[in-house]
Amino acid sequence: MSAEPLLRVQDLSVTFRNGDRETVAAQGVSYELAAGEVLAVVGESGSGKSVTALALTRLLPPAPGCALGGSVRLAGVELLTLPEDQLAKVRGGSIAYIFQEPGSSLNPVYTIGFQIGEAIALHRPEIKDIRAEVIRALAEVHINDPARVADQYPHELSGGMQQRAMIAMALACDPKILVADEPTTALDVTIQKEIMDLLARLRRERGMSIILITHNFGIVANFADKVQVMWKGRIVESGPVAQVMREQTHPYTKALIACIPRLGQRRRRLTTLSEELKVSR
Amino acid sequence: MSDNLLEISGLSVHYPGRAAWFFQKAAPKKAVDDISFVVPKGRTVGLVGESGSGKTTTGRAIVKLAPRTAGAIRYQGQDIGTLANAAFLPWRKKIQMIFQDPYNSLNPRADVLSILSEPLEIHFPSMTRADREARCAELLRSVQLPAEHLRRHPHEFSGGQRQRIGIARALAVQPELIICDEPVSALDVSVQAEVVNLLQDLQEQFGLTYLFIAHDLAVVEHVSDHILVMSKGRIVEQGTPAQILGDPKEAYTKTLLAAVPRF
Repeated sequence: MSAEPLLRVQDLSVTFRNGDRETVAAQGVSYELAAGEVLAVVGESGSGKSVTALALTRLLPPAPGCALGGSVRLAGVELLTLPEDQLAKVRGGSIAYIFQEPGSSLNPVYTIGFQIGEAIALHRPEIKDIRAEVIRALAEVHINDPARVADQYPHELSGGMQQRAMIAMALACDPKILVADEPTTALDVTIQKEIMDLLARLRRERGMSIILITHNFGIVANFADKVQVMWKGRIVESGPVAQVMREQTHPYTKALIACIPRLGQRRRRLTTLSEELKVSR
Repeated sequence: MSDNLLEISGLSVHYPGRAAWFFQKAAPKKAVDDISFVVPKGRTVGLVGESGSGKTTTGRAIVKLAPRTAGAIRYQGQDIGTLANAAFLPWRKKIQMIFQDPYNSLNPRADVLSILSEPLEIHFPSMTRADREARCAELLRSVQLPAEHLRRHPHEFSGGQRQRIGIARALAVQPELIICDEPVSALDVSVQAEVVNLLQDLQEQFGLTYLFIAHDLAVVEHVSDHILVMSKGRIVEQGTPAQILGDPKEAYTKTLLAAVPRF
């Protein structure tokens, strides 16, 4: 038996169909993710980075509206053809997601504890005392007074606390892979640091793999092991973080890094993308 | 004659707090608490802080979009903070705003021509329709959009293009001071660079003065001549970008700088 990585994505493509119109959102996406590894996916709006991550567990409209191609294998099991009932166990069970806006990912009419408990009941039926497990999950993401927070509704929490609650929910089922789609974009920098430190610790302690979707190269450089840059639905550059940050092979990566203002490195003018490299205007 | 276009002294914006019990006097929520700063003509003053620090309220209080509780707002020496809304109208022409979210700050049912015409109708009532249309086309050119876009609606544009329309609307009445409230935080990094460059070009071209409100320290450092750091309604530290970035004095500024991931 050959060594099968935790996740192997081969030639993954996502095509949306609207009547006669076809839009290829992603194509030719291939990569491997080992246990405990952090992969950063970088790109601008419309680059296909989020849609590719959702395609891993087919969290997209069913055919014929959306067609997936290629292969996604989780520990050797093909996910793109897996029956729905088995896939439901993978979603949230083996591969969990957290999104940019915790406020709109949480259900406003249920308490935090109820929503985390629901995930636990679904994925870990062997657990009898769900409330104790919920409180343990909240405590693990450094929420003070987890018993009180469990009884609160999402609107009673700050953005940073909501994102912690989302992470607690995602981790409650002990996933092998956490997909974090711009987890800190809506948060202040000091809260962003706390959340990223938390994710780094959880990865270290649990050996969990993370697919981190971001546009922040600062986070990539400090947090990820390897990085892939997406542009117009394709991976145009990939490699170990240190290598890509030092030397970029694709002109888009080079231009993208150049157009970001960097603290303490004041320039007279910011670099912009040339016409042929622009994704959106 | 001082070179300061805007002088803020002791500005406070307090909102009534919620009382714990009905006969108990509620402590006011101090969104902005006794702040003072100046904005020199032709310069950019950056205002940084985290959510809830009061930076947006400060910008809004200057143009009467938030109620001033105490303090003076002087524009070229004249106290404009105490003016009634009607008397404030001439200053609305001199002070304009650009907002964060280009999706929510443009009327979705209006085409670009009517979005840009509205401030002209209010502040230049004698302008003929043809003159207005010519002016709107010119405004689009100054934000590097083609004049054909006048008949389009906001939903037909990308985020960056919408922010350009927001900038054109602010420019329409030939303002002197523009309060930019997180103008680039909702944009992709490549678009952000274009809009920042555009704002700097326009400043040079029209001699504009900016109060640039943002949470991104790197962007604020890039555009500002002077930086104000706000926390919990107060300005905790101010200075040149080199002073704030290179030699921060306050613990809060240090924490903020330490939280930015560098690469």
